[in-house]
Amino acid sequence: MIVALKIYRFNPKTDKAPHFDIFKVEAEPNERILDCLNKIRWTQDSSLSFRMSCAHGICGSDGLTINGQSALACQKLIKDYNYQGEIVIEPLKYFEVVKDLIVDLKPFFERLKLITPKKPQNKTNTEIKKERIQSIKERSLFDDALKCILCGCCYGACPVTVEQDQDFVGPAAVLRAQRYIFDSRTTDETERLNILQKPHGVWGCKSYYLCTVVCPKNIKVTEAILRTKKKIIHEKQTKTQ
Amino acid sequence: MIHQHDVVIIGGGIAGLTAALTATKNNCQVAVVSKVHVTRSHSVAAQGGIAASLGNQEEDNWEWHMYDTVKGSDYLADQNAVEILTKEAPNEIYTLEHLGVPFSRNPQGKIDQRKFGGHTKNYGEAPIKRACYVSDRTGRAIMDTLFDQCQQQNVTFYNEIYIQQLLFESNLCCGAAGYDIATGTAHIFHCRAVVLATGGLGRIYKTTSNGFASTGDGFALALEASLPLEDMEFVQFHPTGIYGFGILISEAARAEGGVLRNGLGERFMEHYAPTLKDLAPRDIVSRAILKEINEGKGVDGKDYVNLDLRGLGKEVLDQKLPEITSFVKTYLGIDPSQTPIPVAPTCHYAMGGIPTDVEGHAIADITGAVLPGFYAVGECACVSVHGANRLGCNSLIDLIVFGKRAGLSILREVKERIFPPLPEQAESIVEDKINSLLESKGTERIHVLRENLQCLMTQQCSVFRNGKNLQQTLEQIQELKHKVQNICLTNKSKTFNMELQEAFELHNMIKVAEVIVFSALKRRESRGAHFRSDYPDRDDEQWLKHTFVHQTPNGLKESYRPLLPGRFAAQKRRY
Repeated sequence: MIVALKIYRFNPKTDKAPHFDIFKVEAEPNERILDCLNKIRWTQDSSLSFRMSCAHGICGSDGLTINGQSALACQKLIKDYNYQGEIVIEPLKYFEVVKDLIVDLKPFFERLKLITPKKPQNKTNTEIKKERIQSIKERSLFDDALKCILCGCCYGACPVTVEQDQDFVGPAAVLRAQRYIFDSRTTDETERLNILQKPHGVWGCKSYYLCTVVCPKNIKVTEAILRTKKKIIHEKQTKTQ
Repeated sequence: MIHQHDVVIIGGGIAGLTAALTATKNNCQVAVVSKVHVTRSHSVAAQGGIAASLGNQEEDNWEWHMYDTVKGSDYLADQNAVEILTKEAPNEIYTLEHLGVPFSRNPQGKIDQRKFGGHTKNYGEAPIKRACYVSDRTGRAIMDTLFDQCQQQNVTFYNEIYIQQLLFESNLCCGAAGYDIATGTAHIFHCRAVVLATGGLGRIYKTTSNGFASTGDGFALALEASLPLEDMEFVQFHPTGIYGFGILISEAARAEGGVLRNGLGERFMEHYAPTLKDLAPRDIVSRAILKEINEGKGVDGKDYVNLDLRGLGKEVLDQKLPEITSFVKTYLGIDPSQTPIPVAPTCHYAMGGIPTDVEGHAIADITGAVLPGFYAVGECACVSVHGANRLGCNSLIDLIVFGKRAGLSILREVKERIFPPLPEQAESIVEDKINSLLESKGTERIHVLRENLQCLMTQQCSVFRNGKNLQQTLEQIQELKHKVQNICLTNKSKTFNMELQEAFELHNMIKVAEVIVFSALKRRESRGAHFRSDYPDRDDEQWLKHTFVHQTPNGLKESYRPLLPGRFAAQKRRY
């Protein structure tokens, strides 16, 4: 069957404004959106640019806006959409477009660095002869956060990052911080919590739950953020008591 | 643009990041250069686990692990290297745990371990629980931890830089040259030490578990620099790729109780490996699956078999195999607790690579001469601990143990080494290459040639091979080599030009494919993953030796490096 993809095109270096191109490709309902993008690039328009790598939803390269919602092109199949009409493919919102579907991810990785304390907590001690003990229950407190593949879909879905506060540290960064804060082995928890309390930190989150809705790995992102907020409040209360 | 660092690591997967983290000490400036954002490296796709004889679940020791690895390699692994790997593995796991890797735990709160293919207790008696794991996202979890640590240690990352060639000045490696994928501008890396950590080559084949980035670039960079490639005929086909997609279903699925069934519903692995059954090493299981299919026992007469996980229960699937459960749901619309998964072998791993010693130094020839300032680690290297067939979970531990050893030798050696002078006009070499491709006016299309290559390799040089077809394939690859000189690029832009990058990658893929086929044609025996239907037996008298292939002006040239005698003498391989 023939599927129509309406794709956002923009080269800021040469184009005055973005526009859309419509491509028609032969595809099966079970094919990935990514497969269609490649077919277009290989047989119709080699100037189309997008990112890809693993093609099965684990490397996080191909986060896009598909029919208005953040998603991975390799994880969504044609049949997941109404393919009688056009499927609209745009870059992730919030980020600056550098070419077509490719966005500048520098702000994303900078935010990940921002939530990391400067001083390394653990030393690679060659004298280590045993693991630290961690119960199954303790380990389960941050299991959900380990699913994160750093695709940035949550930033493209969050009304705070997109519309309200460009400098908000963002869902994935809080999630990564939460992974360490709730890890019983972590020794610099206070430092990490302090970083999150700064302006544009964890309190920027207004619980829209849209990160949770779009997360390709089904992570309960908002819940993880709420747990982190609770932890901060709890720490403050214990300190003042 | 010229960047100067003490050490430049090309490739940011687990091997590259381990080397980076180890070498970032005593003011040693380390940079990691990657053609993707480093967190996209294919190490993140590793699922099932990382092998070490911790003995947390049952008695285990490094000698059993060593024996399994050597036997799994069909006795082609270098046993001194395997000894190092298996001896150092437990402490490296503890080090990873202290770095923050969130290993799954057992009821005692220790690192949990599970069974994996070819790993046994007491020299082959029965499967053993040796694989440490983070549910079925072990690679992702290790990568994330190493990446966070590298961020803290201020390792410099150059993302989305495509390296085109290594730079040498009077036989000293002085850096690497490439371009920024975003802009097409030349970037020259000037350094005292270069580490190749570029990963695998699965994309040379039509069906693969590997990502789009696994195009064998590192192998080709080494060949072009007149370095040899070792044992390239040994390419692993993982038995259980999702049919039609090639996406990996971890061996952990069988370790947790999954079984393979043919079209008649029979648990056929019992006939091929009576003791280990579905947990036999990958070469054996892949051959068994294809034998069943060739005998007409595929499911519905098609070219796949079923992986039956219905006996595992929802809880095991959710807790221990959540990623693969979701892959199967996403791509096939199947609930594995209710319906068996259609699977077929998929190209997975290169056992061969740039020969190195156990300290990570690249080796120049069969005498073992070391190249100063040049190192290789991970899948693109061959130390050789995997010989003719790698055991599951041994790749991740290889990355950690030998990534670290390379990092340590760099620390010892790098400060004594000067910055060798850069070749003149390194930048214009890069620009000329890009411009000549952009201006190419040929008639061949990149995706057509690539598809030809992938089909050819899958049909003629995968699980089963024979001399006649290999000879023909070699000739067809020669033709592709000519055709690729006559390609046409329709995209002339320098901004994120994917066609340009794919042109460079295609050149590399063809070069590396030629070495695979050439090495396979020359080895007239069957060993591990290399099965020749015209020479179906292993021949230890003739072939207990490593293949070395060089690129010369007159074409490829082979030589052989004998194996040193080791602790375990070659025996018939039964499971």
